[in-house]
Amino acid sequence: MTSKPYRLGGAAGRLIDRTRRIHFTFDGQSMTGFAGDTLASAVMANGQRIFGRSFKYHRPRGLVGLGSEEMNALVGVGEGSRHEPNLRATQVELYDGLAAVSQNRWPSLQFDVGSLNNVFSRFFPGGFYYKTFMWPRKFWKSVYEPLIRRAAGLGKAPEGRDPDSYEHLHVHCDVLVVGAGVAGLAAAEAAAATGARVLLADENPRLGGLADIAGGAIEGAAQLGWVQAKAAQLAEAENVHVLTRATCVGHWHHNYLMLFERVADHDPGLLRDGAPRHRLWKVRAGQVILATGAIERPLAFANNDRPGIMLATAARGLVERYGVAPGSSGIVFTNNDNAYRTALALKAAGVAVRVVDSRGRGGVLADQARQAGIDIMNNAAIAGVETSLGGLNIRSAKIATYRKGSGRVVNETKLDCDFIAMSGGFNPAVHLWCHNGGKLKFDVALQSFRPDAHRDGIRAVGAANGTLDLAAALAEAYAAGDQAARAARPKLKSAKLKAPKASQEVEAPLEALWFSPATGKYNEGNKHFIDFQNDVTAADLELAQREGYESVEHTKRYTTFGMATDQGKTSNINGLGILAEASGKTIPEIGFTTFRPPYTPFSFGSIAGALTKKLFLPIRRTPVFDWHLANAAVFEPIGQWRRAYTYPRGSEDRHAAIAREILSVRNSVGLLDASTLGKIEIKGPDAAEFLDRMYSNTFSTLKVGRCRYGLMMNELGFLIDDGVTVRLADDHFLMHTTSGGADRIAAWLEEWLQTEWTQYKVFVTPVTEQWAQFAIAGPKAREVLAKLEPSFELSNEAFPHLSMKDGKLGPYPVRVFRISFSGELSYEVAVPANLGRGLWDAIIDAGREFGLTVYGTEALHILRAEKGYIVIGDETDGTVTPADVGLDGLVSKKKADFIGKRSLEQSFLRRPDRKQLVGLLTEDPNDVLPDGAHAVKELKDKPPMPTIGHVTSSYFSPTLQRSIAMALIENGRALVGQTLAFPLEGKVMKAKIVDPVFYDKEGARLNA
Amino acid sequence: MLIVTCPVCGASGDETDFHAGSEAHIRRPATHDPTHISDQAQRDYLFMRRNPKGLHFERWRCDRGCGKWFHAARDTVTMEFKAFYGAMELPPVELMERATGEWASFFEDKIKAAKAR
Repeated sequence: MTSKPYRLGGAAGRLIDRTRRIHFTFDGQSMTGFAGDTLASAVMANGQRIFGRSFKYHRPRGLVGLGSEEMNALVGVGEGSRHEPNLRATQVELYDGLAAVSQNRWPSLQFDVGSLNNVFSRFFPGGFYYKTFMWPRKFWKSVYEPLIRRAAGLGKAPEGRDPDSYEHLHVHCDVLVVGAGVAGLAAAEAAAATGARVLLADENPRLGGLADIAGGAIEGAAQLGWVQAKAAQLAEAENVHVLTRATCVGHWHHNYLMLFERVADHDPGLLRDGAPRHRLWKVRAGQVILATGAIERPLAFANNDRPGIMLATAARGLVERYGVAPGSSGIVFTNNDNAYRTALALKAAGVAVRVVDSRGRGGVLADQARQAGIDIMNNAAIAGVETSLGGLNIRSAKIATYRKGSGRVVNETKLDCDFIAMSGGFNPAVHLWCHNGGKLKFDVALQSFRPDAHRDGIRAVGAANGTLDLAAALAEAYAAGDQAARAARPKLKSAKLKAPKASQEVEAPLEALWFSPATGKYNEGNKHFIDFQNDVTAADLELAQREGYESVEHTKRYTTFGMATDQGKTSNINGLGILAEASGKTIPEIGFTTFRPPYTPFSFGSIAGALTKKLFLPIRRTPVFDWHLANAAVFEPIGQWRRAYTYPRGSEDRHAAIAREILSVRNSVGLLDASTLGKIEIKGPDAAEFLDRMYSNTFSTLKVGRCRYGLMMNELGFLIDDGVTVRLADDHFLMHTTSGGADRIAAWLEEWLQTEWTQYKVFVTPVTEQWAQFAIAGPKAREVLAKLEPSFELSNEAFPHLSMKDGKLGPYPVRVFRISFSGELSYEVAVPANLGRGLWDAIIDAGREFGLTVYGTEALHILRAEKGYIVIGDETDGTVTPADVGLDGLVSKKKADFIGKRSLEQSFLRRPDRKQLVGLLTEDPNDVLPDGAHAVKELKDKPPMPTIGHVTSSYFSPTLQRSIAMALIENGRALVGQTLAFPLEGKVMKAKIVDPVFYDKEGARLNA
Repeated sequence: MLIVTCPVCGASGDETDFHAGSEAHIRRPATHDPTHISDQAQRDYLFMRRNPKGLHFERWRCDRGCGKWFHAARDTVTMEFKAFYGAMELPPVELMERATGEWASFFEDKIKAAKAR
């Protein structure tokens, strides 16, 4: 496709610097462009018209737009870990060494296997996927889905870790102006003149919007001069911050907006200097002014997606900005006057052009075109295009007489051309207006929707507001800037700036043209594309109507029209026009679909910002974390904590290490870092009564110096936490919570104190991190403790199970609790956190002669499972009551009220067939049931088999040398002794229901 | 993203600095009369919530500030906060009077009581 160079001669192209040649590649092919080119203009200048293949039919697609509205020319830029897919070639600025690839084609752009979809397209109507891939069901996963995924989809994800940095900025301003075309600059100037802090952001590399190609004059000179002067003035102003390459991607409640700034995409040298690649601005604006302009509508004629068919503004921009001709001979197809500017620009650049206008006559611009010698065909429309083989190039257009509402085309004239510039009018870019609930109204003159009411402080000006006239747009923008500043800060005074005088050619009204009739029916080779990115045609929309998808939102989902990254920028109103004609309704009656953020896609890197790697999540370390690290601990995350899972020695594997740790707790003594355990101090004259409300069991009867295990429910009667609470003094308790529940439970206690029992005099103080806490567990625990010079007596009588001592271990001030989660004689020693490591080392020294072994969380869990102790979150899942886990005895029958009490009395929580906690012993002692395995009522050859419960914890017990499990089984306690079947993939395990306490049922070891 | 202001410590910030706590002014039956609560009253207390279009009353917590719970009156259409007030307080009388639907009947006697004072 490099038959002809398209770069115009002479000085054409206002933005390019012909003295600076830039080398880049497209699909591996070396190309050159000039500084100032976009990837789109440079590729076009090299004679390459195809940028990619379409989503569904794999049709070859070329450039359509000039800026962010581009929906066809999506490319991947950069290589390896720096590759970024789905960028609009119109927004990619050219730099030396840029490597771009086209997308959605296989094996190559010119020849694509998937384009067979196009040949068979009559079998791919709207809703095709829903209709076709229904059955056989199992084909979905193995056949249909992989095929569809391979054939469809856009770009490829980058490989490897992103080497670049990204950042977030949080800013506040009085007025945010989005879009820096003529209206945006005017509004920003007026707002800034009051002294307000103004942020002006534009998605393009330079300010001015379309002023350079829009014609008209401000203060007697071309718009461009005024724009450049204002841009310079605002850049100097101290109270104005100007951002370029910054797309406003969304608007949320209370004027919260995000700007996606592409800091270094246009110049990789900046990355080497340490700049972030992208920056996400999180802006809270007092007032917002939308000056986002308008987006040109394509026209729906047969095969209007062929490469070489583009928007009229895009053709004009290529010529005037980049000195690139869209072809050698073209047709401007329009229903409005604006497109005549494109005809005039092409003519001036020496490109052969004629105009096909669906209207009877045009205005002043049409007269100018006629005077310039441009051939104009009125009351005419393009009925179709003829292409060279495979649809790669246009050869000619078929022109027919157009009368609104007429059906088939009768007479056609064929005109040779190699490109078409189309214009169906302009849609105000109202996306941001709608993101946060802004209303729209239909404007007959525009044949489009424009902003109406909005609940936030936001105003639309200029083309974004449907004000296409230059003078009117300027007046509106100056007024809005002034009002917005004073609305944001009422003390500011108006600077009373006057809008400059402006003039523009008076345009004759446009006439709606939603559908250009073609010879033959839709599916006989004629496709009138509405949504190019999603390959939705006029026929698909009409079919959806016929099939009863009357709501436009249903049509959108059924046909995928207006979805994905494009969000209907070019397609939305055209689609509504088709639906209106198909249903006999008006466009306002059809309504419009919701525009959703983001306006254009923004990178995952910018969303993550600097919060990656070590900054992703803060890590909480216990006071003895370094010891774990030095002793080869395997860590596991518990919330934000890193806890030691086990400590393998030498060549030991994890299982062997865990078994060694467990057996040493059972046979001699073990040491556990339990510092992460939640600790909350509860103090005040009403502390005991408050705890009676919060726990299912009673704490007001607990004696000072004693400990009691408590269950906590929510108001639904379901377990949310458990732990041992100690009475330190009459009015002072220390509550232990689960490691993960510490923050949540402290907040839970606070909530009830603040909102229900405000009369209680109680303080709740989380002290988890103030204490290091270690469990010394095993038959030798007392002997280890004795060696540490305790200031208190250790005998079973003086220091029985479930009591505590406040005293010293040698030099260390400690609280020692005789509590156990392993079923062994066990002491938990709490010491101020800063002394934690010292005491830890002292315990290890003292324990050496008894074979003390440090154990991790997995050993802890197996030890407790051997004893049938529950873990909140394993045996409970937010729908489990105390009775379900066999702890009904811990639910007070005497207390008048506690959290969850009334709910437990509801009939459905008292049903006998609720799932109950039981123990399981597999028939084969070496079979370890998988966590979550389901027990079935009756074993059959294949599903369905109703299940009656599931495994909650399952381990191989080194103590018992066999597998053990706990499960929640319907009416399980009545089924003890029966055998259940657990069908697994390719295997069935059988297990006998037993009591969940597997070891030392009498608790003799605990009380030793 | 909403801007919330804590009436206790005065901090104002993004809603992510606060914690939304569902509907306000829900009465917990068990605190007041633990022995006589019908299943229906308990069900209503646990599950039945208002979902008005317009003025709504809700609970918020100053999560990253003072940690206190408070109440807010918010218009669910405009997203505008009309008032922030204490966790044990009723809304200002003029807001109770502007409430509609179920909220209006809920506030009926409370408006009378407030005016009688």
